[in-house]
Amino acid sequence: MFRNQYDTDVTTWSPTGRLFQVEYAMEAVKQGSAAIGLRSRSHVVLACVNKAQSELSSHQRKIFKVDDHIGVAIAGLTADGRVLSRYMRSESINHSFTYESPLPVGRLVVHLADKAQVCTQRSWKRPYGVGLLVGGLDESGAHLYYNCPSGNYFEYQAFAIGSRSQAAKTYLERRFESFGDSSREDLIKDAILAVRETLQGETLKSSLCTVAILGVDEPFHFLDQEAIQKVIDTFEKVPEEEEGDEAGEGEAEAAAVAPAEQGGAGAGDQDVAPMEM
Amino acid sequence: MTFTIPIENGDAVKIAEAESQRTLYPYVTGTSIVAIKYKDGVLMASDMGGSYGSTLRYKNIERMKAIGKHSLLGASGEISDFQEILRYLDELTLNDNMWDDGNSLGPKEIHNYLTRVMYNRRNKFNPLWNTLVLGGVKNGKSYLGMVSMIGVSFEDDHVATGFGNHLARPILRDEWHADLSFEDGVKLLEKCMRVLLYRDRSAINKLQIAKITEEGVTVSQPYSLKTFWEFSSFHNPTASAEGSW
Repeated sequence: MFRNQYDTDVTTWSPTGRLFQVEYAMEAVKQGSAAIGLRSRSHVVLACVNKAQSELSSHQRKIFKVDDHIGVAIAGLTADGRVLSRYMRSESINHSFTYESPLPVGRLVVHLADKAQVCTQRSWKRPYGVGLLVGGLDESGAHLYYNCPSGNYFEYQAFAIGSRSQAAKTYLERRFESFGDSSREDLIKDAILAVRETLQGETLKSSLCTVAILGVDEPFHFLDQEAIQKVIDTFEKVPEEEEGDEAGEGEAEAAAVAPAEQGGAGAGDQDVAPMEM
Repeated sequence: MTFTIPIENGDAVKIAEAESQRTLYPYVTGTSIVAIKYKDGVLMASDMGGSYGSTLRYKNIERMKAIGKHSLLGASGEISDFQEILRYLDELTLNDNMWDDGNSLGPKEIHNYLTRVMYNRRNKFNPLWNTLVLGGVKNGKSYLGMVSMIGVSFEDDHVATGFGNHLARPILRDEWHADLSFEDGVKLLEKCMRVLLYRDRSAINKLQIAKITEEGVTVSQPYSLKTFWEFSSFHNPTASAEGSW
């Protein structure tokens, strides 16, 4: 989109009925590194790509625990995401204190959306520049929501946000119908595979991704690096083996995206999942 | 209450007004509530009396009310404070219903909400002068709890307020057991209420029994208990007390 005379203020409508500042805020989400969420009837898995500013620094935290039964993954301005996570934790704990009972995630998401909407209707504020994938439990089971800077929220079976999320979305679109009945382990595997899609041929290592899970009878927690690496090992073949032996696994095409040989860019491999760019 | 205070001392006037706004003693009070868990849920009994000090002034007060889909609240103590609590809960359940999202407040949530309200009022030295009994069933699980006017709160298989604590609880401790049938539960409650009728001066012989199960709440029509007064010592009461008064 291009600059125009209606995009200075969030409180200025364009003649075609758009609020450009809000749309620009949604662009900020697309610049952040990818975050992915998927759910079955009983579990929700959140995963994200760990991108560090430089080799010298550690990566930013993009997944936060809100409560034992709610977690959130963010993409975009992580500072805004941190502030909203603090708000969510506060709402959750206040509800627990008054009612001795977990806040239903559907209600938390509405509070969050209403908070975001306020920023789209005040001339002295700006919209939050962060997209939130909120996963949590309710009386009716596991849910995954996406909260937008615009103040809208949507419920998803699976979703991905951030840069190169389209690749992950394509992968998820192919498989989401089976997620409802997925086992916990299959759900984690699908999440990590979706993360791999966003890496565009870079070798998938457990240090590159963070995975968290919550479910009925399973409080929110992060998976440790070994557990993630074990899952990766089941589908990333060892470098020596040639490709062309994958039979059963529809998705485990990328045999040896060998780091050393095959010069860097894994582009153009016929076995890598179809993706744009 | 009014005070004559010199006008210059403006703050004292304000403090006096504030003093006269907080609850100091109850006026119209209800007596005991007795409640037990049984096989399908919770049974609760109360009489319909409202005393004004030592006068039994009101004889048609319903001291047990359904709250939302899953709970039943009974109260002893100041009747007007009970009505105020019902207004708070009305607002709470209304907002809960307006979410219309498949989630609803169960008895545990309502009990905890009431505990917070009662305790906060106690901290401001302006209590709601009630002892509340909250019973309910949600997703097959029965719940029975109590909150006092100072915010003491707990759950148990059988609870009672006021005189019920002293006269009914001992009976319940001996004779309550899990999975009582409805008939046995009612018989047990009637046994407790009869003792209260004989011995609590603010009890009247007009009671209701309420039951709450997964299906919902039903409050019985008022009825009275049979009593027996033909003990031989009642026939000639002063026979064994000659010379005494």
